[in-house]
Amino acid sequence: MDSFLAAVVSVLFYGVAYGMVLYVISVGLSITMGMMGIANLAHGVFAMCGGYILVTALAKYQIPFPIALALSFLIVAFFSVFLDRLLYKHIYDAPELEQVLFSIALIFISIAIARLIYGTLQQPVMLPEYLKDQFTFLGRDFPAYRVFIIVFSAILIATLWFGVENTKWGAMVRATVDNRPMAQSIGINTKLLFSITFAVGSGLAGMGGALGAEIIAIQPTYPFEQLVFFLIVVAVGGLGSLKGPFFAALLIGVLDTACKYWIPEVGAFFIYIVTIGILLWRPLGLMGKRA
Amino acid sequence: MSKLVGFQSNPRLKISELIPWVLALAVFFVLPDYLSLGAQILTYILFALSLDLITGYAGVVTLGHAAFFGVGAYTCGILSAKVGITDPLLLLLMSAIVCGLLGISTGLIILRTQKLTQLMLTLAIAALCFEVANKATTITGGADGLTGVVIGPIFGLFKFDFLNKTAYLWCLGILFIFWYLVRRLVYSPFGITLTGIKENKQRMQAIGVPVTSYLLKAYTFSAIIAGVAGALIAQTNQFVGLNLIGFEPSGEILVMLILGGVGRIYGAFVGPLVFLVAQDFLAKQFPEYWNLGIGLMLLIVVLFAKGGVLGIFDKVTVFRRSSK
Repeated sequence: MDSFLAAVVSVLFYGVAYGMVLYVISVGLSITMGMMGIANLAHGVFAMCGGYILVTALAKYQIPFPIALALSFLIVAFFSVFLDRLLYKHIYDAPELEQVLFSIALIFISIAIARLIYGTLQQPVMLPEYLKDQFTFLGRDFPAYRVFIIVFSAILIATLWFGVENTKWGAMVRATVDNRPMAQSIGINTKLLFSITFAVGSGLAGMGGALGAEIIAIQPTYPFEQLVFFLIVVAVGGLGSLKGPFFAALLIGVLDTACKYWIPEVGAFFIYIVTIGILLWRPLGLMGKRA
Repeated sequence: MSKLVGFQSNPRLKISELIPWVLALAVFFVLPDYLSLGAQILTYILFALSLDLITGYAGVVTLGHAAFFGVGAYTCGILSAKVGITDPLLLLLMSAIVCGLLGISTGLIILRTQKLTQLMLTLAIAALCFEVANKATTITGGADGLTGVVIGPIFGLFKFDFLNKTAYLWCLGILFIFWYLVRRLVYSPFGITLTGIKENKQRMQAIGVPVTSYLLKAYTFSAIIAGVAGALIAQTNQFVGLNLIGFEPSGEILVMLILGGVGRIYGAFVGPLVFLVAQDFLAKQFPEYWNLGIGLMLLIVVLFAKGGVLGIFDKVTVFRRSSK
């Protein structure tokens, strides 16, 4: 019984860490998709970029971990503004099929570039010593890095939620998600707002990819392989919703970890079944505003 | 003025529509060394045709169409390798039935939702099928693939040979039948209604069209065709692997269709031909640049050349006519 309880605690612990990473990566996707209705399947590219930036900064340039993490946010955010102005602006109002293909094209290109620079192998993460320790709590050991992920993500998420609910920027974002034409007509520059939000969302994805580099392996096929999980988090949580994807991400994180621990032979089977079940029950997702 | 496409064009069979079939037969006699690639291309054309029906005509974007392709292939492979059914026609029929049932049941789920959620569900269903094929190793062979697929002679007369001569003609014949059916379907009132649903779902609903029921029928028929295409590839290769099921082949077939031109029957013919021939020549020599090339090409098609290869042809002919 005690060993079972220990297993439950560690599954919850690892699952929550994974879920936090999933949420930090996916939240930008939910908000930008809610604002502009762009089916951006290439969101995982930003997460992968963040992961590669962290790995390179740590291994090649010996940059301290906190700065490397901040860099993964900043570089990806700037990069996304560049992509937005250069490419994404052409497909804001394009039909869904074109948006899907456009983002698949970006995925293909990013895979090829990642492979050219880094090769096909998974990149090892050179964590600093202080994150390799074990925390002992209530007689159990917890790896410091996972604890760091959970605490750091929690602070990040709290800041984000506060920002969206209590600042003027957040109010404008919420207004645009609810009704873009109306927000535009009362004088909100929705395109500029979208660019800023897109940058923040992509930056968060980059940081999420960097944070989770040890959980979700950084390799060229990352954007394709993880896509279904990011989409599940957004769709189950509810498109355009801020908090819905959080609960969805925790659910998926814990469920996936539990399945891998107790029934590895079925793989991700249950995740898909649960996803389909939830969407049959609530087609708009847990806290969805619209399809 | 743009050229009329889809249901707007004259439904009568034009002489030019015979060109693909004449070419396909010519390939059989002139390029006997390329028949196994040829058979491959023919099955992918059939697969692209099924996707064109649901995405190009009915407007349902799916990232998981290879679920049907793969399930069709695995149904055929498993029935042959584990159950011992070897008649090719019977195997096609079984794959069609299984994929039809899968099409109805998954169609009921995905057509309840819209846009991103729908995309995600199509993807999740393909991923689910992949996961089953990957993990049920005793039946499917898992990552090693399913071997021991034995296919008997067609109608008890024509044996599958090493040069794939029989397979090529078999694929061509099946493709011809489904091409004819799909062609009839798109020009029928049913097909025109599908295009209407694609153009404006709410309006079609408002004038009393049972939208979901129409889409479900189209989705199921499309699933059946994809399943038959999958069964054909299992029969041609006498092997079924994980590369036929899941997200990657789903994305690839979408790319092929877009490359040829979506929402027009012959786009499904041109796309796989160009893609697979290019892959055969380029991907082996420059594997690291292949993805880059595909990505850039796709980007160009989406941003500048909507309508794919055939769309460019249209523009050229319209331009020529107007300049005369």
